[in-house]
Amino acid sequence: MTAADTLLDPDGPGTTGPVLEVSDLTVSFPSEAGRVRAVRGLSYHVNAGEVLGVVGESGSGKSVSSMAVMGLLPDTARVSGSIRFRGRELLGLSDVELSRVRGHQVAMVFQDPLSALTPVYTVGEQVAEAVLVHGRGRVSRAEAARRAVELLDLVGIPRAAERARAFPHEFSGGMRQRVVIAMAIANDPDLIIADEPTTALDVTVQAQVLEVLKTAQEVTGAAIVLITHDLGVVAGFADRLMVMYAGRAVETGSVDEIYRHPRMPYTLGLLGALPRLDATGRQPLVPIEGQPPSLVDLPPGCPFAPRCPMAAPECTAEEPALVPVPDAEAAAPTPHRAACVRMGEIARVDATPEEVYEVEAEVPEPEIARVPRAERTTVLDVRDLVKHFPLTRGTLFRRRVGTVRAVDGVSFDIREGETLGLVGESGCGKTTTLLEILGLEPPMGGSVTVLGKDVSTLDRKARKAVRADLQVVFQDPMASLDPRMPVGDILAEPLRVHGHDRRSIARRVPELLRLVGLRPEHAERYPAEFSGGQRQRIGIARALALEPRLVVLDEPVSALDVSIQAGVINLLDELRAELGLAYLFVAHDLSVVRHIADRVAVMYLGRIVEIGAVDAVFDTPGHPYTQALLSAIPIPDPERERRRERIILAGDLPSPADPPSGCRFRTRCFLHAGLSEKDRRRCVEVDPVLERHTDATGPVDHEVACHFTTVRRVV
Amino acid sequence: MAGFLLRRLANYVVLCLVATFLAFTLASLTFDPLAKLNERNPPPPASVIEAKRRDLRLDEPVPQRFVAWMSGVARGDFGNTATDQPITAELGRRVGVSLRLFLIGTLLGVTLGVLVGVVSAVRQYRFGDYFATLFSFLVLSTPVFLIGTLLKFGALRLNQGFGFTVLYFTGEADPSFQGGWAAALLDRLRHLVLPTLAIALHQIAFYSRYQRSAMLDVLGSDFLRTAQAKGLTRRRALFRHGLRTALIPMATLFAFSFGLLITGGVFTERIFGWFGMGDWLVYGVEQQDTNIVATVTLFVAVLVLVSGWLSDVLYAALDPRVRV
Amino acid sequence: MTLDDTDSAGTSGAAGGGPVDASVEPTRALTRSRLVVRRFLRNRLALVGLVVIALLYVLAFASPMFAPWTHAQQDYTAFLRPPGGSHWFGTTQIGEDVFAQTMRGLQKSLTIGLLVGVISTAMAALVGATAGYFGGWVDRVLMWLVDLLLVLPSFLIISIASPAFRGRSWLLFVVLLALFGWMMTARIVRGMTMTLREREFVKAARFMGQSPLRIIVRHIVPNMASLLIIDATINVGAAVLAETGLSYFGFGVQPPDVSLGTLIAAGTRSALTFPWLFLFAGGFLVVTVLSVNWVGDGLRDALDPTSTRARRRERRRRRVDAGPTTPTTQSAPTTQSASTAPSASTPSIGSSHRPQSTDDGSAG
Repeated sequence: MTAADTLLDPDGPGTTGPVLEVSDLTVSFPSEAGRVRAVRGLSYHVNAGEVLGVVGESGSGKSVSSMAVMGLLPDTARVSGSIRFRGRELLGLSDVELSRVRGHQVAMVFQDPLSALTPVYTVGEQVAEAVLVHGRGRVSRAEAARRAVELLDLVGIPRAAERARAFPHEFSGGMRQRVVIAMAIANDPDLIIADEPTTALDVTVQAQVLEVLKTAQEVTGAAIVLITHDLGVVAGFADRLMVMYAGRAVETGSVDEIYRHPRMPYTLGLLGALPRLDATGRQPLVPIEGQPPSLVDLPPGCPFAPRCPMAAPECTAEEPALVPVPDAEAAAPTPHRAACVRMGEIARVDATPEEVYEVEAEVPEPEIARVPRAERTTVLDVRDLVKHFPLTRGTLFRRRVGTVRAVDGVSFDIREGETLGLVGESGCGKTTTLLEILGLEPPMGGSVTVLGKDVSTLDRKARKAVRADLQVVFQDPMASLDPRMPVGDILAEPLRVHGHDRRSIARRVPELLRLVGLRPEHAERYPAEFSGGQRQRIGIARALALEPRLVVLDEPVSALDVSIQAGVINLLDELRAELGLAYLFVAHDLSVVRHIADRVAVMYLGRIVEIGAVDAVFDTPGHPYTQALLSAIPIPDPERERRRERIILAGDLPSPADPPSGCRFRTRCFLHAGLSEKDRRRCVEVDPVLERHTDATGPVDHEVACHFTTVRRVV
Repeated sequence: MAGFLLRRLANYVVLCLVATFLAFTLASLTFDPLAKLNERNPPPPASVIEAKRRDLRLDEPVPQRFVAWMSGVARGDFGNTATDQPITAELGRRVGVSLRLFLIGTLLGVTLGVLVGVVSAVRQYRFGDYFATLFSFLVLSTPVFLIGTLLKFGALRLNQGFGFTVLYFTGEADPSFQGGWAAALLDRLRHLVLPTLAIALHQIAFYSRYQRSAMLDVLGSDFLRTAQAKGLTRRRALFRHGLRTALIPMATLFAFSFGLLITGGVFTERIFGWFGMGDWLVYGVEQQDTNIVATVTLFVAVLVLVSGWLSDVLYAALDPRVRV
Repeated sequence: MTLDDTDSAGTSGAAGGGPVDASVEPTRALTRSRLVVRRFLRNRLALVGLVVIALLYVLAFASPMFAPWTHAQQDYTAFLRPPGGSHWFGTTQIGEDVFAQTMRGLQKSLTIGLLVGVISTAMAALVGATAGYFGGWVDRVLMWLVDLLLVLPSFLIISIASPAFRGRSWLLFVVLLALFGWMMTARIVRGMTMTLREREFVKAARFMGQSPLRIIVRHIVPNMASLLIIDATINVGAAVLAETGLSYFGFGVQPPDVSLGTLIAAGTRSALTFPWLFLFAGGFLVVTVLSVNWVGDGLRDALDPTSTRARRRERRRRRVDAGPTTPTTQSAPTTQSASTAPSASTPSIGSSHRPQSTDDGSAG
């Protein structure tokens, strides 16, 4: 803390007592269906300097309640209750009065850094504006600009003085989020509200931003409200936790207490639904059935009751209040409270999610899994695949200014009944790889062989025939189904294209719907009538219509809420066992991959840097990039999370149009930095190839592309 | 950046040439310049018609005629009218008349239109917004020739009310006017008000609708929320961050409003008896005069070129994202 | 916030193992069509516009049955008579009944407007979707053509071409109007097709082996239906304006046919002294175009609630807290929410000149 000390004061005025006290807050909005009661009687407080994690799924009211604190809700919102900041009531203040608090004492960091900055001003100007607007004429423009540079430097923007003159579109998402944080801490606030600050970012960037947020807290001494859906993120970051459901807090307490002894079935479900990086063995996830209730006309009683495995008649009578849990230590500094009539029973046995939700103990195994890998048929074989895009400028007279090496020599194979997880950050080329495979066109370089057929030898008819064996499920369940077609037609389309007759189609559609846990009569409905999870099931059903051998899954669960995600993952597990499918599972979420995949390939800048059996790669990662990637993923266990050492990668992903020479990772490699001059030259000059690991039993299914492989446990 | 604008300029020049060529071809194909001669009673001798035909190069293929005409244009000679008047002689005056109308109309239209649009968006669903919306709907649903006629109507009443001519509604200046420059300016102004209003009303309505919608787009944006979270009042955030960003789409609109403007100009000039380029176009088509029509087309194409290019420059100036 | 944000709620469930239905009923009282109708009905002006247009059509085509005079008749007892008596709108210099003439003109103008609106929108859909879907040189050639046609105001071109259809059927005029009225819509359609093409359901169809033509017909065009309906409506208004403008100078509808434009042209000469000669035709013209525009505006609001805030949003990871919307609010999967350029969210009255989409060039 060099520049920071002159700028900011870690001990705000009056460091004791609550900074923020919210009591009985209600917020409602008009909607087509009626008034939406987004927040219903929410009370909480934030003490000086502490971090409060607010966790909940979509629609739980967590964002709305914090926007209410900032006074940034639209005019149509009706707000009541009380919001006190340092004892001063904020509710009912005029916009002018509030604007003196906003950004000065209470600051906010938003979710989507890409749209959070005004595109037409330089980032320096925008940060300086935050200084100027609260400077009340005491701060000159030049001084504000200088402060802006210091702040940008503080949040870790390299060459801050120069970059301050750049426009937002010249920054990556992570860098823009740093700028937003710089604006938030510009006036040494007492409270920073961070609304899903890392949700839109890659894991390694998420780790960087959380680190910056931590620094920001250290230098300002501000309290932080961290709003997130990710139980992993809060585990290591927050002191206290508030779990929200349907516009209310359903459980509050210290982080350790809630993770160790959750008492509300919803919290239990959330924790059980999370695939874990540190999991051993294959356990099915805990799916929470149903979906969050409509907030338009909520029936009386516990809003979670319709989804709760423990629901009893008394649950629907009256909404349970948030009360101390029966086994709470009375003297605990942060009381553990929950809102459930049956929490006594849960407390008595200290129930686990699996017990409460009664899930099976084992993930079903496909029969083919018993056959040794080498003896199984290869369904997909990719050799040295290359895909380059021309980088062009200009419109009428297009000219080529470079080449984006999106995929640059990728090789892997998938055997029958096997799941390969393809992971990497955005921009690593995993989606391009996948589209190249799905396109079935002769590749620019290398080869793609599907079920023994080299795609470059296929004519149109043969290509169509291969398509039946190779199907795809997309990420966004909203976008992957044609909204103008009823579900029945959507499922029938692949069958029609491949010439099935009307009668067999009529038989197959209900079959498919049942297969994915929907009802045959749903065929007449339109996609918009289904929830996200249901839609993803329809997408899966469509992929299965032609009985493919290989299904390519492009981030199939990343757009879903945790509790819904679990159900879809379980479905994928079951279908694989039942139908003997092979999956190519593309994901950025390594926890999900660990759960579902047999083998995993890690991509970086168009290359695979590490590939192998999932346990080998996760437990003994050899490539520094894999190590960084794994260490960046938070584990939903506060204790372990605090002890974990995090590898923070420097900077952004280099442009794939201009990858570094030799080892592509060297510019961000922590290992490279510590090498001798001679060794470093090797990284610069020699492109490492994948080399097989060997242990006592001989070569193992684990290959790493690094000159100086050192295994490091990071999970 | 400069390269980008140069390339765009080249693109526009090509488009202009092709457009003019097409108009020239179309006119050559549809017009029958000898019709007037043929219809004369008694019919003129065949030799006269033949001479006229040769004079108008009607036997040559159209592309050749176009090249001949264009090379004349390059030398500053736009050819003769059907009545053998050199076009170049009249061109300057007519261009001046039209440009005066267009430039003032555009300037008024853009400024007021953007203003109305912003107010409308910020006060969405309030009285001002309803009024502005109603106004622009009404204006955009009324053709210029109706607006012009109605304005004339109003001016007549106004003049009757005052007992002397406050606003003229024929011609761009009093041809018999005698007096100092200040009085001359006033005279021009009194001629200018109504036609300019006829043109500007449309422009205001047009720009205000788009500005309103661009502004509404911005109203829900994340960066506006960030600006407020920083401590800016809503009003200040709106004007400093919102308006500035909402102006960007207006730059592209600028080029396209010119079509509307020129079409409106034709009516306005005709109704208010201004001898500008629009008036000439109608005259040219009525007289089936290819050279006049081609000249007006070229003028229009150049105007569209300039406005299109200006709009590119404006766009680049407003949006840092396209400055590469 | 796009409405999609509400959709991340989902079901879960024990899927395999028989016909277990883990899913909650895929709900909701509000279907999309009902929602659209409800939104449209709420827009008073649009409703008024719709009723007025219907009435205008009925009046124009049914009035000869009950009006005391026909448009061809001349009343030699009444020249330049102001409105009154059996001449509801007065008479002309040669004793023609202005009401009958106006109705006759209205018929023609409405018919031309409707035909041109539909034909030009269909052309725009065809050209735009082709250019957008295939991209590459097809796109470049078509868009260059569009640019070319946009450089010159269609008014200019049609007026130059007008001697060619002097004395011919007015249908030729319709064709010309349509031929020069599709470019703006085509640009917007192209932009939307380009985004739709990248939508996953189109990719899915491609990866299952569906042919490009089928994809355009089955997936892309239906998903632009709302845009096309809106644009067709607005194009009708624009066509009526263009027709009357050209007819005003005698470059459009030719005698013996009459349209509102020719009537106004005939009336303006003596407008200051005999205002009824042009006021009625003018009034009907304004009312027609205004109603059409109101309907277009109402349709846009109803079909495309996101149009005013159509904004691309990168939704890579999970969605945000639902915010002001809840799972109950029916999410309308409008195509426009994926609009690319500012042009796709054009405001209500586009008339014939809408802005160029920025995705093709100026932003290059």
